[in-house]
Amino acid sequence: MSTGILLQLAQTFLAILLAPLLMGWVNQCRAWLQGRNAPPITQPYRTLKKLFHKDAVIAHNASPLFRFAPYMIFACMALAAGIVPTIANDLPFSPAADVIALVGIFALARVFLALAAMDIGTSFGTLGARREMLVSFLAEPALLMVFFTASLISHSTELPVIVETLAHKEFVIYPSLAFAAVAFWMVSTAENARIPVDNPSTHLELTMIHEAMILEYSARHLALIEWAVALKLFTYSALGIALFLPWGIAARGDSAGAFSLAVGAILLKLMLGGAFLAFIEAISAKLRLFRAPEYLGTAFLLAVLGMLIHFLLEV
Amino acid sequence: MKIGEHDWHLDPLGKHIWRGRMETGQLLALARAVKEEGGQLVALWGSDDRALGGGFGIHVVLLTSSGLAWVSCALAADALAYPDLAHIFPQADRMQRATFDLLGIHASDAVDDRKWLRHGAWAATAFPLRKDFDPGLPATRDTDAYPFIRVEGEGVHEIAVGPIHAGTIEPGHFRFSVIGERILRLEERMGYTHKGTEKRFEGMDIDTGAKLAGRVSGDTHSAYAWAYCMAVEMATASTVPDRAVWLRALFLEIERIANHLGDLGYLGNDVALSFGFMQFWRLKEDWLRLSAKLFGHRYLYDRIVPGGVAVDITDSGRAELAAEADRIEAEVRSLKTIYDEHATLQDRFSNTGIVKPELAARLGLTGLAGRASAQAWDARAQFPLAPYDQLDVSMATQRSGDVLARAEVRFAEIHESLRLVRALLECLPAGDLHAPLAAIQNVCEGIGWVESWRGEVVVAVRIGADGRLDRVHPHDPSWQNWPLVEVGVLGNIVPDFPLINKSFNLSYSGPDL
Repeated sequence: MSTGILLQLAQTFLAILLAPLLMGWVNQCRAWLQGRNAPPITQPYRTLKKLFHKDAVIAHNASPLFRFAPYMIFACMALAAGIVPTIANDLPFSPAADVIALVGIFALARVFLALAAMDIGTSFGTLGARREMLVSFLAEPALLMVFFTASLISHSTELPVIVETLAHKEFVIYPSLAFAAVAFWMVSTAENARIPVDNPSTHLELTMIHEAMILEYSARHLALIEWAVALKLFTYSALGIALFLPWGIAARGDSAGAFSLAVGAILLKLMLGGAFLAFIEAISAKLRLFRAPEYLGTAFLLAVLGMLIHFLLEV
Repeated sequence: MKIGEHDWHLDPLGKHIWRGRMETGQLLALARAVKEEGGQLVALWGSDDRALGGGFGIHVVLLTSSGLAWVSCALAADALAYPDLAHIFPQADRMQRATFDLLGIHASDAVDDRKWLRHGAWAATAFPLRKDFDPGLPATRDTDAYPFIRVEGEGVHEIAVGPIHAGTIEPGHFRFSVIGERILRLEERMGYTHKGTEKRFEGMDIDTGAKLAGRVSGDTHSAYAWAYCMAVEMATASTVPDRAVWLRALFLEIERIANHLGDLGYLGNDVALSFGFMQFWRLKEDWLRLSAKLFGHRYLYDRIVPGGVAVDITDSGRAELAAEADRIEAEVRSLKTIYDEHATLQDRFSNTGIVKPELAARLGLTGLAGRASAQAWDARAQFPLAPYDQLDVSMATQRSGDVLARAEVRFAEIHESLRLVRALLECLPAGDLHAPLAAIQNVCEGIGWVESWRGEVVVAVRIGADGRLDRVHPHDPSWQNWPLVEVGVLGNIVPDFPLINKSFNLSYSGPDL
């Protein structure tokens, strides 16, 4: 049990510490693909350091919610990062939430972010919050459908069981998972405010979704939100890996060698995934806002198709 | 000169340029006749002529089928009013309001008589362009109350954007009235870059004036500098060596290519296609660096001077520029294929920010944006002055009037300008670069007219008997086009506004002097 707790702590802190590195890697790949000189991979850490050293500027009419929200959002993301298996499966935190509760944790963070955005009363905050809600109410059902498809195979919505079934049992090709994987990718881009739904690097305030909500934040609050954004991307990546490419995640009671292999595997997979994300972003343009429902509708449809295929081919 | 049935007694002032003076009463009739034959109002400004023995003057420049007509009306110092032209040419509205802010001359019966340029930096009763204005007066600390037109009803709310934006762009305030994401009304408020440029011209010597004229709107330097020099040379009846005129056209086309490349990149960036942004800006940067290498300045500042040009091109420079033009042409062609085949980008561009041809004609949309809405005006093609009369410029037009059309016009104009650059380099006449201006005996005036990358730039100049500038009015095409942005966004959604705005890419500084 104690090794379990140690492993759990190690995994959570690794996620928190490594998340900005993944962000830096994606940014680096993006820059290369655009033909630019890339910022150093550690740039997100420098940004965080800079922000933590600044004095926070807070609007006079901000309520305590505005100050509290960044901590809440960061905590939600840290909790989610602890639940999703990255190195080892079936850790003590895992039973805390199955995939449905995980969607709930993300939703909790979003609600706080949206409330904080509207708290100050600027038009951009409200604008961003409204758009975020539009995107998320379409993304969440699609995400749930993806999870259901995966859980049909393992007959459980518990992540450890899903990973156990896919990674450590007899190798089977599941066509349904291919559909679910594409759907998951689409939902992830929307949930993480990436192209083609949102543009994380825009300066055009009228086009923003996520960025519009955090325009009023500065210093440590902004740092926590930026960190949480990196954590969210990390967690989603880890989730995608756990569901669709789980090979290499160590099982409980594996040897030390298996754990170091698991660390290498996850790093390799994150590297490839990050590069792929940057590639997709480099060749895509942002959708017109009102095309986002069609995009997420497609994701939902793919997830449903995956489910149907499961019943047709895999049962 | 005849417009319609009537002879308006305008005298030729230069090739394609006409000059006349008339009573204010005739002004309306002339405006109606020009409107009827499909012409447009280009510029409107006022002047304080009291030092010259008159009262005040109101000047109007009209684009007619036989060229540019510059007409002036004298106003007595105790009756500072002229008939409202905005009901015939809506583009006159802001020019009339600015003329009142600066000179206290008002258009009688104008529907909109709100202030335009004045933000409280000077009192409502002071008029900075009057010769007796005291610049030492302390700025007023009035609150800047400006009555925006409100849209009322259930679910309507306002989004106020700017004048300070999240990006490093010029300042302007945009007041949106929206339902959800749909734009019901947009109202612009400009005047945040007021620098007193027109006042600064007063009493300046002619050479320094050229530098100031070129800085009216930084991205349109060569067009302004050339138009100013053209006006000064017309006023002093000076001739410019052929080689200088050809080099000026070369600079103008280089400027057009640089701006169009930059805009096409920005349009890509505004739909988050950073790839397009980086590629077009790489080309623009190469182009600017070559300008710096060949002519000594990235944006060719101060290369056009009264009487000629300040810099020559060597034979090796000609070869280098022609080779670079070939390379850019090939690269732009392949980038255009990428833009053409990018489904999301095409979806964002097409049917966004439509200005229909009828509306464009009614409101006087001009220049590049006008040509994208079937307003086929291009001074280089229709009223060519040297050297364009030997180059047979082909005009790029589109009918759909959306963001895509404005991008297409830019692509076509890049190719045409690259062709012109090569033709100019090939046939560049030998000779001097510069000829001194003729001496000035009396008060004299002139006007310059240049098709800049954005649209027509007009600079009117009056030089005093002492050889110093008395009144200079530089006119930017953004005057006419800004109101069309207000109209073009109607029915679109808020997140598409930056893209629509960028597809016009108008100057904030140019119409705010």
